[in-house]
Amino acid sequence: MEAVFSNFDEYLKAFGLTLGLFVVSGLASLVFGLFLASLRVGPVGIMRKAAAVYVTVFRNTPLLMIFIFMAVAMPKLGYNFKFIEDFEIAGYSVSAFFFRSCLALTLYTSAFVAEAFRSGVNAVPVGQAEAGRAIGLTFTQSMRYVVLPQALRAVVPPLTSVQVALIKNTSVAAAFGMAEAVATMRAFNNDNADQRIQIFLLFAIGYILIVEVVSLASYALERRWKVA
Amino acid sequence: MAGSILFDAPGPKTIARHRLYTVLTVLVLAALVGFAVWRLEDTGQLVYDKWEVFWTPAYVEVIGEALLNTLKMAFGAILLAIVFGLVFGIGKLSEHALIRWPSWLVVEFFRAVPVLLLMIFIFYWLSIGGGPLSPLWCVIAALMLYNGAVLAEVFRAGVNAVPRGQAEAAYALGMRKSQVMLSVQLPQAVKIMLPSLISQCVVALKDTSLGFYIVAPGLTAVARPIYQQFANQVPTAIVITAIYITVNLLLTALATWVQHRLIGEKNPIDLSRVGNMDGGRAV
Repeated sequence: MEAVFSNFDEYLKAFGLTLGLFVVSGLASLVFGLFLASLRVGPVGIMRKAAAVYVTVFRNTPLLMIFIFMAVAMPKLGYNFKFIEDFEIAGYSVSAFFFRSCLALTLYTSAFVAEAFRSGVNAVPVGQAEAGRAIGLTFTQSMRYVVLPQALRAVVPPLTSVQVALIKNTSVAAAFGMAEAVATMRAFNNDNADQRIQIFLLFAIGYILIVEVVSLASYALERRWKVA
Repeated sequence: MAGSILFDAPGPKTIARHRLYTVLTVLVLAALVGFAVWRLEDTGQLVYDKWEVFWTPAYVEVIGEALLNTLKMAFGAILLAIVFGLVFGIGKLSEHALIRWPSWLVVEFFRAVPVLLLMIFIFYWLSIGGGPLSPLWCVIAALMLYNGAVLAEVFRAGVNAVPRGQAEAAYALGMRKSQVMLSVQLPQAVKIMLPSLISQCVVALKDTSLGFYIVAPGLTAVARPIYQQFANQVPTAIVITAIYITVNLLLTALATWVQHRLIGEKNPIDLSRVGNMDGGRAV
């Protein structure tokens, strides 16, 4: 126990990095996933196909392999993402490690986000859209007032499980030079072999806290949007 | 939902616009592929030497062995996870709070903790320094705990998906609780769960790649020595990824086939709601 508590700032820093990875790649994957999903439900055949291929490929690739692509293979093609360290905002700059980790997480998670959005749109019964058309709403109106509000509600639970998975997936960055929670636990383990179980439990509790906050937020959202 | 319900049949203008989009998409995609090939060529990744290893018999054998190890880990983990999931899934359905609450705690704990954290903990605790488990078994143990927790939810959802009348009829016949569960509810639930179970194999198979971090054997572990020896990082990453994708697609096809055979067009248990996608929560 005291191994962690006497270095509590390191513990907090590690989870700060985990949260940073989660927030950045979570938001980025929402944007890119929404884009992919809109291609997949759109009217142009080849766009649908291209998005479907992307989703299939990235859903069936282990996240670790995407990290290997970003961290090991890309530098051989001349992309080491060092350019990102030149951008400075108020004296802070993003490390290349952080950038490529977020890139890998975003590419992977977007495939799942796209599927979540698509299943949300598909969950709206066809009759709803038909009824909207039948009373003379245009495409925009029926989307705006009938389909999308219902799809948004249906999309919250699957989207939450994707984001919860992302929180846990940030741990893969540990294998590629990020000192986030899992890598820090490993370091603690190396130094304090006698306190392994306590260290593990403390780090597990950190993850559980983050997961619970996200889940509770999504429950709250679901309840607020619920129609009686 | 069919798109055609939302809008009128496209007129000549819309058709022309869609055709324009199609052409633009093709151009963009072609440009992307062309750029990738040009980068590969430009940095010398397409030379024969860098790819030769993948049809050198000795190395093909090594990769085959690694694939076998990966499959062994995935299926070993799933088999153990089924046992784990059955115990705790039924535990969560128990009428006794003393069984229900601990089961709930175990399932929730292992679902919320990253597999890699579990894996490293087990590795340090039971493997390093003359522990009883080899790294391969550490991977299996970690995946068993995580997938078992997910499957516990699947089992619970599967049993709950069996129509109530079935259990009521069994009780009316005078069956005991365990008989109702074992001879009426579970056999029907298994049919509903089977496709989800196979999909979970895909998740487990992908997660075996995490063994990379604790030097367990497997496809990702064999990739490192190969690219270190031949300096062919890009071809190795491409080939290994292709193997993963192929195996996963075969598993997915099997799941779809089983689903058609067993439950027809009806939806299986929606795994995204019970924690496919490497986690998530139950409904």
